[in-house]
Amino acid sequence: MSAHRLLTGGLIDRGKPLSFTFDGRRHSGFAGDTLASALLADGVSLMGRSFKYHRPRGVMTAGSAEPNALVTVGGGTRREPNLRATMVELHETLTAVSQNRWPSLATDFGALNDRLSALLSAGFYYKTFMWPSAFWEKLYEPLIRRAAGLGRATLKRDPDAYEKAWAFCDLLVIGAGPAGLMAALTAGRAGLRVILADEDFRLGGWLLSETRLIDGRPAHDFAAILVEELAALPNVTLLPRSTVFGWYDDNVFGAVERVQKHLPIPSDKQPVERIWRIVAKRALMATGAEERPLVFGGNDRPGVMMAGAALTYAARYGVAVGKRVAVVTASDSGRQTAAALARRGVEVVALIDARTASAQASPMPEGARTLTGAHVVDTLGRLSVEGLVTVRAGFEERLDCDAVAMAGGWNPRVHLACQHGAKPVWSDVHQAFLPPDVGPDFQAAGAAAGLSTLAEALGDGVRKATAVVADLGRSAPTVPLPEIDAEEAASGAAASPVWLMPGARSKAFVDFQNDVHAGDLALALREGFGHAEHAKRYTTNAMATDQGKLSGVNASGLLAAMKGLSPAEVGITTYRPFYTPVSFGALAGTARDEEAVPHRLSPLDGWAKAQGAMFVEAGLWHRPAYFPRPGEKDWRASVDREVRTVRAAVGLCDVSTLGKIELFGPDAAEFLNRLYCNPMLRLPVGKARYGLMLREDGMVFDDGTVSRLGHQHYLITTTTAMAAKVMSHLEHAAQVLWPALQVRFASVSEQWAQMSLAGPKARQVLQAVVEDDLSAEAVPPLAAQAVTLRGGLRGRLFRISFSGELAYELAVPAGHGRAVAEAIMAAGRAHGICPYGLEALNVLRIEKGHVTHAELDGRTTPDDVGLGHMLARQKPDFIGKRLSERYGLTAADRGQLVGLVPVDRQRMIRAGAHLLREGAKPSTLNDQGHVTSACYSPTLGHPIALALLKSGRERLGERVLVWDRLHKEEFLAEVVSPVFVDPDNRKIEPKEPA
Amino acid sequence: MASLISCPHCGPRPKEEFAVRGDATLLRPAPEASDEAWHAYVYLRANPRGVHVEHWQHVGGCRRFLVVERNTLTHDVLSVADAAEVAQGGAA
Ligand SMILES: [Zn+2]
Repeated sequence: MSAHRLLTGGLIDRGKPLSFTFDGRRHSGFAGDTLASALLADGVSLMGRSFKYHRPRGVMTAGSAEPNALVTVGGGTRREPNLRATMVELHETLTAVSQNRWPSLATDFGALNDRLSALLSAGFYYKTFMWPSAFWEKLYEPLIRRAAGLGRATLKRDPDAYEKAWAFCDLLVIGAGPAGLMAALTAGRAGLRVILADEDFRLGGWLLSETRLIDGRPAHDFAAILVEELAALPNVTLLPRSTVFGWYDDNVFGAVERVQKHLPIPSDKQPVERIWRIVAKRALMATGAEERPLVFGGNDRPGVMMAGAALTYAARYGVAVGKRVAVVTASDSGRQTAAALARRGVEVVALIDARTASAQASPMPEGARTLTGAHVVDTLGRLSVEGLVTVRAGFEERLDCDAVAMAGGWNPRVHLACQHGAKPVWSDVHQAFLPPDVGPDFQAAGAAAGLSTLAEALGDGVRKATAVVADLGRSAPTVPLPEIDAEEAASGAAASPVWLMPGARSKAFVDFQNDVHAGDLALALREGFGHAEHAKRYTTNAMATDQGKLSGVNASGLLAAMKGLSPAEVGITTYRPFYTPVSFGALAGTARDEEAVPHRLSPLDGWAKAQGAMFVEAGLWHRPAYFPRPGEKDWRASVDREVRTVRAAVGLCDVSTLGKIELFGPDAAEFLNRLYCNPMLRLPVGKARYGLMLREDGMVFDDGTVSRLGHQHYLITTTTAMAAKVMSHLEHAAQVLWPALQVRFASVSEQWAQMSLAGPKARQVLQAVVEDDLSAEAVPPLAAQAVTLRGGLRGRLFRISFSGELAYELAVPAGHGRAVAEAIMAAGRAHGICPYGLEALNVLRIEKGHVTHAELDGRTTPDDVGLGHMLARQKPDFIGKRLSERYGLTAADRGQLVGLVPVDRQRMIRAGAHLLREGAKPSTLNDQGHVTSACYSPTLGHPIALALLKSGRERLGERVLVWDRLHKEEFLAEVVSPVFVDPDNRKIEPKEPA
Repeated sequence: MASLISCPHCGPRPKEEFAVRGDATLLRPAPEASDEAWHAYVYLRANPRGVHVEHWQHVGGCRRFLVVERNTLTHDVLSVADAAEVAQGGAA
């Protein structure tokens, strides 16, 4: 048997031994142990080093408030740092290592900081590293980061799965201790939908540490019977291993369930962690209370811990935290704990009570000395406690002990109720901060509400749940309260806490994780940072990963005592989510890697892949960028060939990603007329028109085509990027601005596969797959009509061109897209057809001077981009009309769309470069505009660009300086018309047969 | 912002399904209204501490624009109505 394991007792399975390693050494424990209990059983009291001074530290708690015993668990891709050993469920082959030490836990170089602590006082970082600022980044911060650190996360990909889920209930009970179990049972028997969540792997809370009998049986058996009944109720959901970490608006709670973190190898059929968003009609905070540490010299030495934790280790895990335990207290609860420890077979050598006359003299175990009116001024030992020094009435005494259990009183765990900004309320009766009244939807029950006895907690759970049941219109069953053996007296007026034991001979710690001691808080007060929130930031008290679960109230009490005030006047710092740390994996859920964002594929995706496309991500879309062929040395070679093929023969491009909205109704024409800045009322049936939408501030919002398919039937297209925004814009106009207009519309973007067939041979190729007559007379430019494909498929044909070539856009039902594209490719083979991608599409439109969102960047007017003639000022109203008439939007020196050709025809122009007058000093003060789009033009054989240049249309022929500061380039370019190719639009309808 | 918005068409739904558009009390001026009226409509926005009336669109649901009256301080949603009905003089 291990050194500290008691011979009997505990909720561990002694028939199931488990072996594990800590810092490379083999240890053993049992099923039911935590890492902390198993290490204590093996006599390991040193579990970590503190953050700042690297002081040796041991476990202080048996739960989630643990500040010291932070370890890294697992290896490889599953290495997880900063886990509290008190919350790590032991499993076979578990490997854990300590943190923040070098070279080893017992010999740590960083402990030098402790000797230098006079230099490392509160505010030290602020004072010392304030300047020079360059030193901070290069010298101080890396040094501090290396010296003071937590564990390191793995950079490898997490192999495990996470998920998120919603849950709904009538009553959420947070905490499965005495109050929580009774509340869940009361509500469950009444038929309410109940969720009972607890951070522990075993439900029962304090009942698992209770040493008295309930209804004549051990308290943990009593808990097990309740849990068994709850598990059998179909309307009750039990969530063990689930921390409710946040209380959000509308009584929505966030919880993290550690589904498989306790298994050596998680199954891939389940997530390892699950985030719950629980919508609760009512909730009860049955979170219990946290024991307060006592602040005395040397109170951080390994072996010094909370008295309640010492009892939990004895009662629940069958572990004696020491062979000679001294209990230090300032309240009755310490006396009771001392008695309970003795009942569990732990030898208590002394009870040191700071009070001169205790209100209640619990019978002390045999052999234990009681020292009343005594203070601890120091502890002895190095890596673990070997004794302590007490002072009583001026007399000093050394006591031998190997563990110190401290009982400073209890702080209700009020955090969740304070997360909306309400502050905990100091109670003079309880001498504790109680939860604020946050309304009937979220109430505290049991110890969390300030009740201190087991009977009161059990009764309060029943009472609070009964009220909820009645409130929700049900009748509550009678739930009898159990008999408790040797019940303690009911909560009376609590004794005043001892915030600081006087005469400390060494540092008396308040915040163990961040190494804040009482002297730091005194310094903060002296230097003017005495406000609770100031002192927190000045000293870093309560700013560690435990968020001050043990230190927050003590700091408040100390500041109050130093100022001569009540803690009520000092208050306590703000509680925010999360209650305990939540892993990034759980927060990300399934939204990671390729699932991080939706992955949108065109209906022609399979066709493009078969054609060997290289893809580019454009927003959520994956679009073909270009289609390389063997022997082409780079992407430019492919793009140049695709452009030349379109200009000389024919090419096929997938344009399915354009937004498509179909509109119907008697007022559809009027509606569109108000949305576009150009006239739409008299668009004939069977025709398409280019359209420009403005924002209400007069800037261009989006462009696209409007096709009238029937008298009251329209189809509009949007750019790919703005499809969702335009849809919402239309909905706003129809529902909010003009709800009286009779128009209905729907997005049909995904219903149609759409392809552009462009080039002099386009008509011949298309005629091979379309039955209808495609002659110029039957399908003139801007025609928009239904067609029948050979084989009978119905589609829509639009005679529109983005490239300046003879071009058609053919739309067919999405599922037929690939077959139609393949048929066109087959028909075009004899004509030298090639597929072309986004890159060639971009070159073709730049050559033709067509704009995209590179030019329509939200700061340009129609006139800026050469489309001022489209503004139909004679229309009574359209969105953007009024503000587009403002002086600032019609000024002559606005940037205007021009073309650029580099004087040295070899120079590539880059988008984003600034334009300056020739000879001007390179500076944004001399800015004349910027390059919006640029490419190499295979048609012209040199680079070209589109730009917005001040008064640009008057400056054709001028030379401007292209200045690209990012790439350190300056060269001259000539200002030309933005239409580089076929300015007279002869190619749209070739005169001679192609 | 509240965690849930009760859409009059879809019931209580998580706020992530909605997109805010802004102040719902602004009325689009007549085309011939003054420059000041248009400037105020396009550019001037109150940032109230307390009750605020906004348009929220149920983009992940029925796609309707809703008039949501909420308290920016307490995060309480006080009322939700369909914007078209409000605009046409229906239940506000
Ligand atoms: Zn809805």
